[in-house]
Amino acid sequence: MRKEKISELTSTVVPLAIENIDTDQIIPARFLKATTREGFGENLFRDWRYNNDNTLKNDFILNDATYSGKILVAGKNFGCGSSREHAAWAIHDFGFQVVISSFFADIFKNNALNNALLPVQVSDDFLKKIFQVVENDHKCRVTVDLPQQTVTLADGTSESFEINAYKKSCMMNGYDDIDYLLSLREEIRHFELVH
Amino acid sequence: MTQRKTLFDKIWDAHIVKNSEGYPDALYIDRHFIHEVTSPQAFDGLRKRNINVFNTARTTATADHNVPTKDQHLPIKEALSRHQVETLRKNCSDFGVELYDLGHPYQGIVHIIGPELGLTLPGMTIVCGDSHTSTHGAFGNISFGIGTSEVEQVLATQCVLQYRPKTMLIEVNGELGKGVLAKDVILYIISKLSASGATGYFVEYAGQAIRNLSMEARMTICNMSIEMGARGGLIAPDQITFDYIKGRKFAPQGENFERLVEQWHQLRSDEGAHYDEVVKFDAADIAPMITYGTNPGMGIKITDRIPALNALKGESEQNSFSKSLEYMGLEPGSAILGKAIDYVFIGSCTNARIEDLRLVASMVKGKTKAANVEVWVVPGSKQVENQAREEGLDKIFEAAGFQLRQPGCSACLGMNEDKIPSGKYCISTSNRNFEGRQGPQSRTFLASPLSAAAAAITGKVTDVRELVY
Repeated sequence: MRKEKISELTSTVVPLAIENIDTDQIIPARFLKATTREGFGENLFRDWRYNNDNTLKNDFILNDATYSGKILVAGKNFGCGSSREHAAWAIHDFGFQVVISSFFADIFKNNALNNALLPVQVSDDFLKKIFQVVENDHKCRVTVDLPQQTVTLADGTSESFEINAYKKSCMMNGYDDIDYLLSLREEIRHFELVH
Repeated sequence: MTQRKTLFDKIWDAHIVKNSEGYPDALYIDRHFIHEVTSPQAFDGLRKRNINVFNTARTTATADHNVPTKDQHLPIKEALSRHQVETLRKNCSDFGVELYDLGHPYQGIVHIIGPELGLTLPGMTIVCGDSHTSTHGAFGNISFGIGTSEVEQVLATQCVLQYRPKTMLIEVNGELGKGVLAKDVILYIISKLSASGATGYFVEYAGQAIRNLSMEARMTICNMSIEMGARGGLIAPDQITFDYIKGRKFAPQGENFERLVEQWHQLRSDEGAHYDEVVKFDAADIAPMITYGTNPGMGIKITDRIPALNALKGESEQNSFSKSLEYMGLEPGSAILGKAIDYVFIGSCTNARIEDLRLVASMVKGKTKAANVEVWVVPGSKQVENQAREEGLDKIFEAAGFQLRQPGCSACLGMNEDKIPSGKYCISTSNRNFEGRQGPQSRTFLASPLSAAAAAITGKVTDVRELVY
């Protein structure tokens, strides 16, 4: 099945300078009860965004109108913990198309790639620089160029990032892993016979 | 000469259906476990594509994540949880998948029932939409957690597309001291390697201290591999493994079993095989452990002090550390021993097997819980619950003022009613101390079943060695 395609994106960013953001923070377990993929954005970072009485926490960045954009920038080891794909769905559903960090947890990275949410891994120094630039200019724009595999700041500073060629092609064309696997069904049946 | 291979590489290579240049490996999956939370969207995907489950015989379902641990014979009160469990029932019925539903004698936490039913075997590839699937690796197989899109891949094709991770060998040499359990070993390893130290790797655990462990203890070790970022962890099978499997419900029987044991003996890394990383620890340095922060890497020996702020390098790390301690209501540099607690949770896929319950019972027999604590013992499966009752452990728990509940994931992740209230401290045998994991604003100390039992008696963080030895 076709998914949304990603190629090049220029956007303001939302900085979240916290390390080890786990998927329980991204979407707490008690909000995993839906049986569809939609609507999880409502509870993205639920316990950081809302007080116990469901009022907004004004000091949390997603509640600060100064910051907006389609790119989330977060501290290292983003998405650690549970395998819940709901974390990727929630971030995407909220309106982000790219997450930049200096390190991603494995399962989160796979889940993001399977859901048109591009994980962009940059160096610690470059991440620090993005945080600094955003602090000085809340409306600064960052460009993520998937074909060229680069992240570029407004001042022209740029860094390249790695992405597997197959996954890159899937993201750019909106392909789905299952389409590929389904094309192997005969080979899989044969494997079962000899396995 | 053939290439010397690690056990991981041997099993991975034996399961590659297709390996094309530029593509991830299409890896055949021998056993797929599913549960109510991460499967509904995957079944929907099959419906949209109008395809069936590729191999129902290799698929097993149970309800565990959001189920109540009281009155399981009644309909689930909470509407969304009930809907999710009902959806699992419908999906399993529509697609012909075996389901161990609430009330079934085989129901329980997915990573506890697989091994106890003999569905988990050496040499296999096993996946589940749950990060603690690594538990099964204790039997010498490749087991890892996957996302829902991948659950759909496996349902549709019995394969998953994966890149081969790097390999890491973790040796724990020597013998463990008194009162030191497998849980302490893995909390110690994670505290040394950090919550991201094994990301990108698949771990093999080895060394005398690992070899000496029972299967249930080995499962505790492998279970928490993900907490240092590893996709999974495995332990080469041996006689302890084969003895555990023999005679289990769905395990191969008789001559078939004996023939397989012959093959399973070959499941070990070749002498001199290359690992991308090798880490060695001395079992004598491991003591009862406890976490003080909000990720499982933030652990210390229970008698140690919480690190001081200046022990952390870099502003970013210091900020994350301070934020974490503020959440926990703890001071940098302070002692954790003697800290009063409010709740004790004995359960989860990490520590809710019969040996765990026996250890707790042996500790509390003839004693009663401290007045200020509430204690929940949540068995990992219906079989564990029944076994505990047969052995009279329920009587010991009852006399101690502990509540013996019905099986499920429970307060490990607080998807059901079992939540630790805001601001309260819980010493927990589970696997994650993330903010809000056990309930909004709850505060978690991860520890072994013995340390949890000791704290239940004294009402505070206690060195079990002082209480017993």
